[in-house]
Amino acid sequence: MKVTMMRTILAAVVIGFAAPALAAGDSVAPPAQKWSFTGAFGTYDRAELQRGYQVYKEVCAACHAMKYVAFRNLADPGGPGFTAAEVKALAATFEVTDGPNDAGDMFKRAALPSDKFPSPFPNEKAARASNGGAYPLDLSLIAKARDHGRREGAGADYIKALLTGYKDAPAGFALGEGLNYNEYFAGHQIAMPQPLNADQVTYADGTKATVDQMAHDVSAFLMWAAEPKLEERKRMGFKVMIFLVVLTGLFFAAKKRIWAKLH
Amino acid sequence: MADNNSGFMSNPLVKWIEYRLPVFSTLDHMVGSQYPTPKNLNYWWNFGSLAGLCLVIQILTGIVLVMHYTPHTSMAFDAVEHIMRDVNYGWLLRYMHANGASMFFIVVYIHIFRGLYFGSYKAPREILWFLGLIIFLLMMATAFMGYVLPWGQMSFWGATVITNLFSAIPVVGEPIVTWLWGGFAVDNPTLNRFFSLHYLLPFVIVGIVILHILALHQHGSNNPLGIDTKGPQDRIPFHPYYTIKDAVGVGAFLIFFCFFLFYAPNFLGHPDNYIPANPLVTPAHIVPEWYFLPFYAILRSVPDKLGGVLLMFGAILILFLLPWLDTSKVRSAKFRPIYKQLFWVFLIACIGLTYAGGLPPEGLALVIGRVCTVYYFAHFLILMPLVGWFEKPLKLPASISEAVLKTEPGAAGSKA
Repeated sequence: MKVTMMRTILAAVVIGFAAPALAAGDSVAPPAQKWSFTGAFGTYDRAELQRGYQVYKEVCAACHAMKYVAFRNLADPGGPGFTAAEVKALAATFEVTDGPNDAGDMFKRAALPSDKFPSPFPNEKAARASNGGAYPLDLSLIAKARDHGRREGAGADYIKALLTGYKDAPAGFALGEGLNYNEYFAGHQIAMPQPLNADQVTYADGTKATVDQMAHDVSAFLMWAAEPKLEERKRMGFKVMIFLVVLTGLFFAAKKRIWAKLH
Repeated sequence: MADNNSGFMSNPLVKWIEYRLPVFSTLDHMVGSQYPTPKNLNYWWNFGSLAGLCLVIQILTGIVLVMHYTPHTSMAFDAVEHIMRDVNYGWLLRYMHANGASMFFIVVYIHIFRGLYFGSYKAPREILWFLGLIIFLLMMATAFMGYVLPWGQMSFWGATVITNLFSAIPVVGEPIVTWLWGGFAVDNPTLNRFFSLHYLLPFVIVGIVILHILALHQHGSNNPLGIDTKGPQDRIPFHPYYTIKDAVGVGAFLIFFCFFLFYAPNFLGHPDNYIPANPLVTPAHIVPEWYFLPFYAILRSVPDKLGGVLLMFGAILILFLLPWLDTSKVRSAKFRPIYKQLFWVFLIACIGLTYAGGLPPEGLALVIGRVCTVYYFAHFLILMPLVGWFEKPLKLPASISEAVLKTEPGAAGSKA
């Protein structure tokens, strides 16, 4: 077993990655979208994140966990901008398991803002059993884990493209049992059926819930979930840059003056 | 020269301490007014102090990160996310540390290439050069083990691939790999020992850096002309001239660093490392961090496992032979018309290796990787000795001050 694994790995390294690289290579590049969070002064669009959270909660959360995000994060600065009271009420609509209590029993209670988003399945095996053997990934970091363009927003581009990329398989394409054709998925065969259909959610702010709108909102939300400190980072970066440019200028002027004495 | 510090040195408290522990005069001799330096050092000489700064940044951010990190396969990935989300300025610390590693390598690569161009490895600076290479090797080991700690997919598979290289050693290869892993696969014992060593090695680097500086001070810095200083007219005190020049470099470097840190903190990383390590799922394309790509390309250029491993390690070890492979007595490439051209070809070959190392070894990438690998070794083993014998160097200036006054009237250092 051990030797076989080593051989496989070394074969992959030394000879190459031809097969998987081809499989990854034949997916279509996701079109670049316009996101509010890109650029040196980019910020998240609060309303967009709130709508995105609604899509996640009502659609994605049926199968996908987000175990690194807590309800309280929804009220954090630079996030969807829910108020603390809204988050408290929102959390209370979920039930989580806590314990053990003094009698040694686990018990159910309403979720608190400090709780992480409850996962839909107790473990990976249960998740696979309910999803025809496929494992719905945790979405907390997916926007950064799919950032293959090495370009800001590429991860969100990919998510939106995937959510809107369901099509009928082209003639002659051998689609596996229980799989769906998606233009943007590596290998084109994805276990997740098309998750978004028009008017699937009723937006609280009255925005029309087209597939494109929902995909856009939830992609932005997932970007925030993966990089919640983005606004703080860019704000600090601007101040630091100004400071450093001035400092370097002063150093340079001082250097000129000191070196002028040499001759 | 000494009068720069005379006010400070006459302070009673300073005198009291100095009488018992000569710390101020020692510093003054190391990086102060009592350390004579060639007067013609250009901005390429900034990268030594910048490398020192990088080491300090890595150690300081690393020490704080460790306060929040847990080296266990079931908790490491979560710990990193805890740092990114819940620790105050944790995101800043982690991005500084992760990008700081890349910055360290950028700075050190420039530092090494500067040494190659200006012949800084030649007598009497061979041991200085060796110590630098040892630092480079330790840096590579430290960076590799550090990349494993977040326990993402690239951490795990990178560790698996690189440790597996040792299985290429005949007979004892596989037992060595098992010994390195502390088991039969990369797992918790591996993570724990990598964490321990990742914390230890930076301090070993600090020790070698001290020796590196000691060796440097024995004969002083080389300089763009590559000729020895002939007297006081060729030298200026390190402080204030090079302290302020280094400060300019620090400012410019920090602007470059902060651009990545604040605006593209994941550009130099790999997206797959935001996926928790999974021994059952191999990523489509395992790549090391960018700074290992040239060596990775050399490894994969050879269709034989042991050959590839030997060539990869040989690519670094060959640098130890440089003082003897380079047969020219002239240090600076400025006065070596042929070697100067070859230096740039060599640089292009290294860039080609970096490019090829990031792509699957097939088609054009494999060809580029192989051509550049051949050139890499030919440069050192064939061209360097031959050019040294046959090349006719240009006439060297009689002294630094003569050359400086001739080429830069009244503005020494400004052109640099």
